[in-house]
Amino acid sequence: MHITRGFTGRPRVADPGLPPGQYDAGDDWPVLSAEVTPELASADWTFRIDGLVAEPRTWDWEEAHRMPPSAYEGAIHCVTSWSKFGVRFAGVSLDAFLDTARPHASATHAVAYSHTGYTANLPLADLTGGRAWIAWEYDGKPLAPEHGGPARLLVPHLYFWKSAKWIAGLRILDHDEPGFWERNGYHERGNPWEEQRYAGD
Amino acid sequence: MTETFVPPTRFAVPGRIAVSEQAASEWQTATVTGIRRETPRVTTFRLAVPHWPGHLPGQHLMVRLTAEDGYAAQRHYSIASAPDDSGHIELTLDHVEGGEVSGWFHTVARPGDRVEVRGPVSGFFAWPGDRPALLIGAGSGVVPLMSMIRHHRARNLTVPLRLVVSARSPEELVYARELGAETTAVFTRSAPEGVAVGRMAAAHVAPLLAEQPAGGWEAYVCGSNSFAEHASRLLVTAGQPVDRIRIERFG
Ligand SMILES: Cc1cc2nc3c(=O)[nH]c(=O)nc-3n(C[C@H](O)[C@H](O)[C@H](O)COP(=O)(O)OP(=O)(O)OC[C@H]3O[C@@H](n4cnc5c(N)ncnc54)[C@H](O)[C@@H]3O)c2cc1C
Repeated sequence: MHITRGFTGRPRVADPGLPPGQYDAGDDWPVLSAEVTPELASADWTFRIDGLVAEPRTWDWEEAHRMPPSAYEGAIHCVTSWSKFGVRFAGVSLDAFLDTARPHASATHAVAYSHTGYTANLPLADLTGGRAWIAWEYDGKPLAPEHGGPARLLVPHLYFWKSAKWIAGLRILDHDEPGFWERNGYHERGNPWEEQRYAGD
Repeated sequence: MTETFVPPTRFAVPGRIAVSEQAASEWQTATVTGIRRETPRVTTFRLAVPHWPGHLPGQHLMVRLTAEDGYAAQRHYSIASAPDDSGHIELTLDHVEGGEVSGWFHTVARPGDRVEVRGPVSGFFAWPGDRPALLIGAGSGVVPLMSMIRHHRARNLTVPLRLVVSARSPEELVYARELGAETTAVFTRSAPEGVAVGRMAAAHVAPLLAEQPAGGWEAYVCGSNSFAEHASRLLVTAGQPVDRIRIERFG
């Protein structure tokens, strides 16, 4: 670590909710995606779970909305250094989808993929136990297209590139397979509390 | 199961180059060796980076500044210079009002100061100079695109390259002195005599898509999110395939 001459940073209060290297973006919600925002109507949205599961299955918008609702309120953290507090998402817990599809005992990982072809890999353990959602509402309103609407994956305890926008499905695997950013140098897991930003961190 | 998973969709994951894991994860100290004003709000900082592993035009790095109490701020910055073996790279920073890192660079930094950098850290937006490239940028979004133009010139590449750039006024057009015949400038607040004032529109993009080079354009869009949304939509409307549009959003 090298002290930068004359750099003090902004006045700050130690915030135990802020992972190392992050700052509070306040009301801002920057958009970071490498793709053109798709025009995806909710009527055309589907979500599929397949791969190493007992019951591969596709849900459409109506079917997904008949599942028990579940919400997340808390923080999100982007690898580009901003965090956002007190966000409110609503949708369905991923556990409810996985309980239907029933991953095999050998399953360890998943590749989440979007309707645009974006991919992100996740250990199955990060997607279960009430820690991941399919979210279609933000702050009581439909999720905006540039933030992943009509529906996105939400895994708030990992850096947000894992929370694939315009989520189309999960392929359940018995091994890890890097996704879009992971193939472009980013970390396999992306835990903000351990600053797992880039491969090798 | 060992079969490889390929998403059943049209957005081909490009992965233009392999990123060195070591370069992406190790901080090194860079020394400011030159400061060059580009516009009233935008300045270029030349940095000596003794162990720079090299980059491709379009890539970015991370900069970290550390305060005496250990507080550190890190931000992404595109690399403005073309790849070369000078042992230096250049960054061009917009002075963001109230900005922690850009504020330090614009008001405190002087030659001899040291900052930490790591990278390059992403390969998605990189352009190795292999395909015809249509570059669209606004504000400091022109920075990674300038690296591509400089690379094109330095290597005497003949592959087609065009830039459409939006700025508020001629005074705020970054790299104005260096832009040449490959560039169409669009001015949103004030323009030179005889040039219309207005937002980038279909009319700026359509002619370029009408005269497609062999193999078509690879489009690179860079700027603020609202600009990226606008420009990428213009491209799609004009017929550019979505899987051949790369977007770098500065937030
Ligand atoms: C891939 C990538 C490449 C980039 N390349 C470039 C580039 O080439 N050139 C360039 O200029 N920029 C680039 N950026 C943007 C850059 O990373 C920074 O976001 C930008 O420089 C602002 O950082 P900052 O520390 O100066 O401002 P920040 O401190 O991050 O502040 C940003 C804004 O938020 C406000 N703000 C945030 N927190 C607070 C707070 N607690 N109190 C008060 N105000 C607050 C500030 O007033 C300011 O308006 C790039 C971004 C990305 C993602």
